[in-house]
Amino acid sequence: MTMLLRAIRAEFAKLLTTRIWWILAAVLFGYIGMLSGGLAALFAGIQSGAIDPSAAGTGTGTQGTPPLGSLPPLVYSFASSVGYVFPVLLGALATTGEFRHQTLTPTFLANPRRAQVLGAKVITLFLAGAAFGAIALLASVGIGALVINAFGVDTLLGDSATWSLIGRTVIAMALWAAVGVGLGVLVPSQVASIVIVLAFTQFVEPLLRFASMFTEATAGIATFLPGAASDALVGASIFTMAGPVGGATSTLDWWQGGLVLLAYAAAATVGGYFVSWRRDVT
Amino acid sequence: MPVGAVIEFSNITKRFGDVTAVDDLSFTVEPGRVTGFLGPNGAGKTTTLRMLLGLVSPSSGTATFGGLRYHDLPHPLATVGAALEAASFHPGRTARNHLAICATAAGLPSARVAEVLHLVGLAEHGGQRAGVYSLGMRQRLGLACTLLGDPGVLVLDEPINGLDPEGIKWIRGFLRDMAAEGRTVLVSSHLLSEVQQSVDDVIIIAKGRLVHRGPLSSLETQVAPQVVVDSPDRAALASALSQAGVAFSPGRTGLLAAATDPATIGHIAFTAGVEVSALHRQKKGLEDAFLALVDGGDSL
Repeated sequence: MTMLLRAIRAEFAKLLTTRIWWILAAVLFGYIGMLSGGLAALFAGIQSGAIDPSAAGTGTGTQGTPPLGSLPPLVYSFASSVGYVFPVLLGALATTGEFRHQTLTPTFLANPRRAQVLGAKVITLFLAGAAFGAIALLASVGIGALVINAFGVDTLLGDSATWSLIGRTVIAMALWAAVGVGLGVLVPSQVASIVIVLAFTQFVEPLLRFASMFTEATAGIATFLPGAASDALVGASIFTMAGPVGGATSTLDWWQGGLVLLAYAAAATVGGYFVSWRRDVT
Repeated sequence: MPVGAVIEFSNITKRFGDVTAVDDLSFTVEPGRVTGFLGPNGAGKTTTLRMLLGLVSPSSGTATFGGLRYHDLPHPLATVGAALEAASFHPGRTARNHLAICATAAGLPSARVAEVLHLVGLAEHGGQRAGVYSLGMRQRLGLACTLLGDPGVLVLDEPINGLDPEGIKWIRGFLRDMAAEGRTVLVSSHLLSEVQQSVDDVIIIAKGRLVHRGPLSSLETQVAPQVVVDSPDRAALASALSQAGVAFSPGRTGLLAAATDPATIGHIAFTAGVEVSALHRQKKGLEDAFLALVDGGDSL
């Protein structure tokens, strides 16, 4: 046990002694803050009548806006529904960096128990992902609620459902960082890993989720996509709002979503252990 | 005082696909001595050392420290300090942080970080990122890592590469001191001349195979002795040597006769009435012996 704690402390030191964590954290905060503040202003403005829908350029009137009452969770969930790419990148960079900078050599010299090192990395990144979740929520809830409140719409911050959404967001972000570690050992090339993260999260999965909504069967399968599972875990997402009108929208229960995401992290990490981690370090 | 352990390689082999990088190597490295692990680039030195350190898994055979594989050492960094050729540091991390991470991972006191930085002469540069370090500074940082746990065994891969003359002098003294304290010191190099001033024993490999092992002095006996002899009348000298039954070959400054003592050749020339213009023992350096051994490995 002390060995594992030691390994975790070393992994935390690794994470905090290079610049990538705070650069990602700063961009995460700025990005989510802008998005949450901006869209909260748009939707809350429309709901409160402060903004004329036609002026907002939606063209479809109030049809495209969420029903009253569900706006705050939607805005708050930007933390994970949009921000999840950041913990994935953090986890992937922390892992692929060891290959890229050949720091696996000193790492395995100091602790030759490789499975333990990888386990410590997953635990460390899980906690770091939770911290990223807190940072993202500070942006989405902090700035979002301020804007929503400014338009006189209820922020729902007194609602326990809102707070459980916030808690589940932290868990989702933590799991995403673990998924990143798994991806990093599965695809140790840093460039390839980053390309996969960006292409999959920003393009492939949104497209698959959108396309899958047109039939019942594919929609069921699509709920097991990692992003969909994450949204199910959190309980609200821009994607569930943006589906085609009348399309099939099915989601998993929140705990099922969490387990699916956990399964992705576990499968990638264990697979990566065999693919790269226990290989020769040359 | 840390106690050196015997390093033992037994029948260790590593194949990468069809290529056999290390071929059935067996040798031991004793404490209290500096052992040079020599061979040309690509001979398999680094692969051998990486197998010793558990970073590369052997296709067959074992490498142990006092009977234990690296993976089974209860306190790896307090037993073995290793610096490998590709000094691997995250360029964005300071030297001090790099050492602190190693110390944390190995459960060593963090106070050692400042001590080892001081020992290798990097005390003033500990706060700099490793990315701005020169090759020589990275070598020193690599050495600092090896010393963190005050280990009884040091395994250094090409530690002299990239050092300036002052650094080379320093590391030679350092290696001698470490061995004098009873530690096991294994140093690899592709140049014998780099390490011949500091090593007691040599292990020479070529193409993954052991070609020589023994004390440094044993290398001298590897070279057949030769005498250089020359005469204004080389043809006469050559026939005199032939008649005396001495093998010879034409050299740059005369004939190279297979003999230990110049006096015998001088006598042959004298009795044949041939004027001698040069007569001396061929000075074959250790480097020649080394190269001859390594070339021999090529023809295997």
